[in-house]
Amino acid sequence: MVDGTENDIKPNGNYSSDNNLLIDCKNVDVFYGDKQALYNVSLGINEKEVTSLIGPSGCGKSTFLRCLNRMNDVIDSCSISGNIKINGEDIYNPHIDVVELRSRIGMVFQKPNPFPKSVFDNVAYGPRLHGKITDKDEMHHKVEASLVRAGLWDEIKDRLNEPGTSLSGGQQQRLCIARAIAVDPEIILMDEPCSALDPIATAKIEELIDELKTNYTIVIVTHSMQQAARVSQRTAFFHLGNLIEVGDTENIFRSPENEQTEAYVTGRYG
Amino acid sequence: MPNYHGLFVILSSLLPCIIFLIVFISIDGFIKGVIIQNHLPNSLILLGQEEVDFSVSILRNNIHNLQSILSLEILSTDSANSLYNYYFFYRAGFLTLTICITTFLAYLAGKKLNVRFDARRNVEKILKFIFFVFSIVAVLTTFGIILSLIFETVRFFSQVSFSEFLFGIHWSPQTAIREGQVGSSGSFGAIPIFTGTLLITAISMLIAVPLGLYSAIYLSQYARPKVRNYFKPILEILAGIPTVVYGFFAALSVGPFIRSTGESLGLTVSTESALAAGLVMGIMIIPYVSSLSDDVMTAVPESLRDGSLALGATKSETIRKVIFPAALPGIVGAILLAISRAIGETMIVVMAAGLAANLTANPLSAVTTVTVQIVTLLVGDQEFDSPKTLAAFALGLVLFFITLALNILAMVTVRKYRERYE
Repeated sequence: MVDGTENDIKPNGNYSSDNNLLIDCKNVDVFYGDKQALYNVSLGINEKEVTSLIGPSGCGKSTFLRCLNRMNDVIDSCSISGNIKINGEDIYNPHIDVVELRSRIGMVFQKPNPFPKSVFDNVAYGPRLHGKITDKDEMHHKVEASLVRAGLWDEIKDRLNEPGTSLSGGQQQRLCIARAIAVDPEIILMDEPCSALDPIATAKIEELIDELKTNYTIVIVTHSMQQAARVSQRTAFFHLGNLIEVGDTENIFRSPENEQTEAYVTGRYG
Repeated sequence: MPNYHGLFVILSSLLPCIIFLIVFISIDGFIKGVIIQNHLPNSLILLGQEEVDFSVSILRNNIHNLQSILSLEILSTDSANSLYNYYFFYRAGFLTLTICITTFLAYLAGKKLNVRFDARRNVEKILKFIFFVFSIVAVLTTFGIILSLIFETVRFFSQVSFSEFLFGIHWSPQTAIREGQVGSSGSFGAIPIFTGTLLITAISMLIAVPLGLYSAIYLSQYARPKVRNYFKPILEILAGIPTVVYGFFAALSVGPFIRSTGESLGLTVSTESALAAGLVMGIMIIPYVSSLSDDVMTAVPESLRDGSLALGATKSETIRKVIFPAALPGIVGAILLAISRAIGETMIVVMAAGLAANLTANPLSAVTTVTVQIVTLLVGDQEFDSPKTLAAFALGLVLFFITLALNILAMVTVRKYRERYE
């Protein structure tokens, strides 16, 4: 198993990152009741990069993603051991404020899930919640900026009062990204954000991910190898709850070290 | 598909048979009447139509048994025997006819069957027809009830003026049976009993909505599945307790308790008070609010909840800002159901709030409700065309319009909300 800290990557890839390690996971085990979903996963994620998690269904990549913003807390039977640090801070420390943690880590889900509110209220939801913005004009700027950044403003600037659910699937997903951006997170987690979208909408989201990486650290779970290759700088391959290999995306796809990885990325199994 | 062929034969033979049975049952009484009339002795017929009708109706009820026909002593032994035989043949003939029809139809349907016959589609057609008939029955029944209400109400208003009923503030429906009795006129001002209904409903909703809604929120959002599995059925038992039990609980425990508490505070409270009835009714209605609200809140997609939590909302913020608004149409529905339940409740009010039609907004005094008045109007001996009896229909009609208006209000509210949110 490859320990995915930065030091391990530099020697074996064409790509070398100048970025710092932001998320550092060590020996993470996750159980759902008696069933173990993740085995001793250690993975580092760099700042302002796109890291993609690939692997066959049920391999634990989504579980891992949900560990990073403690969304697994919602599931009663789920228990986690190991150590996950963000910016050197242990996020499973009992003193940590989960709500505050989640406001620093945005999440985009598999199925677009806009709230049954207007487009404007969807984007303003987070800022209002955290009481960051109380001024009306300022809120308007914030919503506009978030929608611009999500590449949605031009399409829907006249439809801000329409319900978010009336947009098309791709627009809804970008609305969800705008909603996540509006709380100024450091990290954005994406759980198969394009699996419910058509190729054109997917292309737009991918473009967007590429732009967003200048400001945010992005971790994306995807089933599409092409997508991982297109958008990410680093790729981690999971299989049956184990982290098999992690490295620069190019290396993972061109010259994987592990046989299983090779078999998966070349489409021979998985 | 052979089972469809079988089903087709069964449906196409039994269905006409059932229709035939229904038609027959509706004319059964008439046929029996004709048979009986032919057996009545001339001496009886001479006594007049009224006597004949009376004899026919009691004979009709006893026609199944020769002994009881004889024991009525209307007919001679011979004609009783003959009547019984006629009846027997009529029954047997009818049975044979039914069996014949069914068999014949089954034969016809069976003849239709062959490899190329599309039984599946034909069964579909027949089933469609059956469902249509069932829905028509429900609709027709509703119209029938409304029409009978309207009809009797019109008769009521021919005796009592419309404005007196709707705007009068004095309700005392006792009319004299004999001339010259006290209170012979009766007065039918319905305002006090509608305000009474309103008062008690309002009190019960003040209890039921917060308690029901908050327990629904706890059960659907906070409780572990295990807790929920025990709590929800226990809460629903409340709806299964007979209202009579609630009634004497209200009358014997809550009423006196409110009275003594009120008196120690220096208030005059009657033992039968709107507050006692409203409180107990509110408890009874909790499961109507909680169970439905719980269901609709559980039905709000997990993805919305996750989306809100992932944005850094706390659980209660998520409930308040996402889950509750998304579930609002269902919750409004639950509350309206509870309101109509409260308006329709009779037993608790009879026992705990009394029969006195006081026009008051004071929850500590005795009031009465529409349903209670309908009951008291129809209990006991009275003529069917006295205004006292007919007033019950008028009250029923007004009550019907109130619940209708409530439902429309609910629909409009929900639609308005939907436009805004979805």
